Amino acid sequence: MNGTALLDVRDLTVTYRGAGGPIPAVRGVGFRLERGDTLGVAGESGSGKSTMALSLLRLAGTSAKVSGQVLFEGEDLLTVRWSRLRAVRWAGASVVFQGAMNALNPVRTVLEQIVEPIVLHERTRVREAARRAADLLESVGIPRRRMRSHPHEFSGGQRQRVMIAMALACDPDLIIADEPTTALDVMVQAQILELLAGLVRDSRVAVIMISHDLSVLAHACDRLAVMYAGRIVELGPARQVIADPRHPYTRALSRAFPTIGDPASRLAPSGLAGDPPRPTELPEGCSFAARCPVVMDACRSRETELWPAGRDRTAACLRVLPDAADAQTAAARSSAAPGPAAAPEQDPDLEGAGAE
Amino acid sequence: MSAEETPAALASPGGPGDVPELEVRDLHVVYPGRRGRSPARAVDGVNLRIGRGEIVALIGESGCGKSTLARALVGLIRPTGGQVLYQGTPLDYSGRALKRYRRHVQLVLQDPGGALNPKQNVYDAVAEGPRLHRLTEGLPQTVHGSLARAGLRPPEDFVARYPHELSGGQQQRVVIAGALALNPSVLVADEPVASLDASVRGEILRLLLDLRDGLGLSALVVSHDLGLAWNIADRVAVMYLGRVVEQGPVEQVLLRPRHPYTQALLSVLPDARPDWRPTLLAGEPPDPTAVPPGCRFHPRCPRWAAATGERRAAAACDRRELPVLPAVAAATGVAAAAACHLLEPMEPSEPTILENA
Repeated sequence: MNGTALLDVRDLTVTYRGAGGPIPAVRGVGFRLERGDTLGVAGESGSGKSTMALSLLRLAGTSAKVSGQVLFEGEDLLTVRWSRLRAVRWAGASVVFQGAMNALNPVRTVLEQIVEPIVLHERTRVREAARRAADLLESVGIPRRRMRSHPHEFSGGQRQRVMIAMALACDPDLIIADEPTTALDVMVQAQILELLAGLVRDSRVAVIMISHDLSVLAHACDRLAVMYAGRIVELGPARQVIADPRHPYTRALSRAFPTIGDPASRLAPSGLAGDPPRPTELPEGCSFAARCPVVMDACRSRETELWPAGRDRTAACLRVLPDAADAQTAAARSSAAPGPAAAPEQDPDLEGAGAE
Repeated sequence: MSAEETPAALASPGGPGDVPELEVRDLHVVYPGRRGRSPARAVDGVNLRIGRGEIVALIGESGCGKSTLARALVGLIRPTGGQVLYQGTPLDYSGRALKRYRRHVQLVLQDPGGALNPKQNVYDAVAEGPRLHRLTEGLPQTVHGSLARAGLRPPEDFVARYPHELSGGQQQRVVIAGALALNPSVLVADEPVASLDASVRGEILRLLLDLRDGLGLSALVVSHDLGLAWNIADRVAVMYLGRVVEQGPVEQVLLRPRHPYTQALLSVLPDARPDWRPTLLAGEPPDPTAVPPGCRFHPRCPRWAAATGERRAAAACDRRELPVLPAVAAATGVAAAAACHLLEPMEPSEPTILENA
C-alpha cells in the first residue's frame, strides 16, 4: 500500500462501563480508507457498527473506553489533544447523524446552523460564510427561499439534506453517515443516495456509511464491512460480498432483503433463528457459531480472525481457510449448502490476497 | 382509457364466489381541518377484499393513508364514508359489537417494545385479550398454545419473562401471540417487521405465512416495503394519497407494474447493479389536505410529464377524475387493476397470472 491512508483504523476496541461489569461493544476492528473511498458498514442493532463509527471521532460517550489507533492522515485521533480533535471534527471528518430532527437545533434557522461551523472553523466573516452555506444548501436541493426556515418546517428528507449540507460545511475529507436514510420513504431514500453519490463523484470525499440495510450499502458503497458481535466478520468489494458472501452471517443478511422477481424468495422469507450473543456473554470460538447454519465442531473452540477469502476480500469464518475442507466432516459437507471455501477455483484469489 | 381492469378470466384461488373475510367498499376517512386548514382526505375511496386464508399487502409511502385504512379495518377509526364488512356483514359501531368484532380481527402494531406493557410479564400480556373478553376458561392452555403457535417454544420458558428480557423478535412474537389468543380469523399488521433487525424480519414473516397455512388466517399487512409483499403476500395493493392506484396478484403487479407510481416505487429500490436508474419523482410529497384535481398523481407523474401535447389533451390527467378502482378478487371479475389515464396497452404476450392458473 502506498503512503499514508486517509484513515487507517487499527485494532479499535470500545468497551462500555456497565453496572454488571465491562460491556465490549467493539472488539478489535481495523480497516483503511483512501480519499474518495466509500465504505459501507452493515450490521444489526447491537453489532457495534454505530459505536465503532462514532468512536472514530471520540463521540462514543464518556462511559466508553476506547483503545487501538485511529490514524487520520497519519495522526492518531484517539490520543490527539481536544483542541486538535475539535479542528478535525468538521474540517477533517464530519458526521451525518441518524434522525435529523433530533440532530438539528429546533430554534435556529437551517442557514444559521450551517454558518456557525464555517465561522468557527475557518474564521471567515459571517457574510462570506452565509454565502457559502447558501450555496451548500442549494447544492443539496434546498431552495434559497427556504433557507431561513426552521427544521420543523422541512420534511424528513429535506432535513436529512440539511444534515448533509452541514456535514459538508467545512469541506471535510471524510463523512461518517450513520443510517442516513433510515426512517425515510423509499423515494426520498433514493434521492438522498443519489445526492451522496454525486458528492463522492464531484469532491472525492470519502464516506463511511452505516446501515442495517445491505441493499442500500451495496448501491452506495464500493466496499462493505459486515459487523457481528463487535467485530468485522467480512470485508470486501460491496457487490462481490453481497453477490457471493463468504461468511454465513453475510449470506443470511443478504437473503433477508429479497430481490423482487427472484423465485427463491417468493412466499419464502428468509431469516436467521436465534439472537446475537449478549456482549457480556460472548461464547468461546466464533461468536456466530450458535446461529450458524453450517457450523462445524471446530467453530465452537477456535477463535476467528479476518482471513483472506479472495481478491481484496477477508472473512472471519473457519470455512474460508484452505484446511477447512479437512476440518469439516463428510456429514456436514453433504448436509449443508456448499461451504464458501469448497470451490477450488477460488484458490488463485486466495493467494493473491494473501500476498498483500 | 381510464382505470383499466384485467378480467379474471379463469378460476380463482381460495373460493372465489365466497364472501370475503374482510372487505371495504368505497371507504373514506376524512380528518377535520385544524386551525383553518382544509380537511385531510386520508382515505379517499378504497375498495379492497381480503379473502379467506389470503395475505394482502398494502404498500405505500408515509402519508398515503395506509395506516388509517388499517385502523378503519379493525374499527379503531370510524369511516366518514363507505363500509367495512366482516364476512359480509357491515360493521356495527356500537361498543359491544365492536368489542365482539375485535375478537375476530386483530391488529398487530409496528413497535413491539411500545405495544407491550413493561411491567407485565409475557403470560399477562398474552392473557390480556381473553380476560377482556371474559374468555378465561382454560386460560393457561390458551396462553401456552398461543405462545407456541407464535414460535415461543417451549412456552414455559417465556411466560414469566418481562419485555426487557426479550429480544425485539421475541417481543413481536409475544404481541402476535396476544393477538392469536383470541383465535381471530384476520390479522391486520401495520409494519410488523419495520422495527426489527434484518435476520429477525424473515422469521416473523415466516410466522405469518405459517399461521396462514396452519390456521387458515387471513392477513392484511401494511408496509412501505415491496420486498415484504414479494416475500409473503398473495395480492398487493399500492396506495397513493388516499387511493389504491394499482392492485392485483403479487407477481403481476411487482413484475409487470402498469401504474407509473408502482413503476417508480419499484425503480428506486436500491440495487447493486451498475446500471441502476431510479425514477426519482419530483415535486412535493403528497398532501392529503390538498389532493390535486384529476389524477392525484399527475403533478409527479413521469408519464404525464413525458406525454405529447396531443396525448395530454386526450388524457386530461390534470382535470379528468379517475374512478375508484374496484376490489380485486375473482368474485368481482377483476384480477388486476390500475388507475391511470395513460396506461400503455398490455402486450398480448404477457399473460396474467390468473390466466396461467
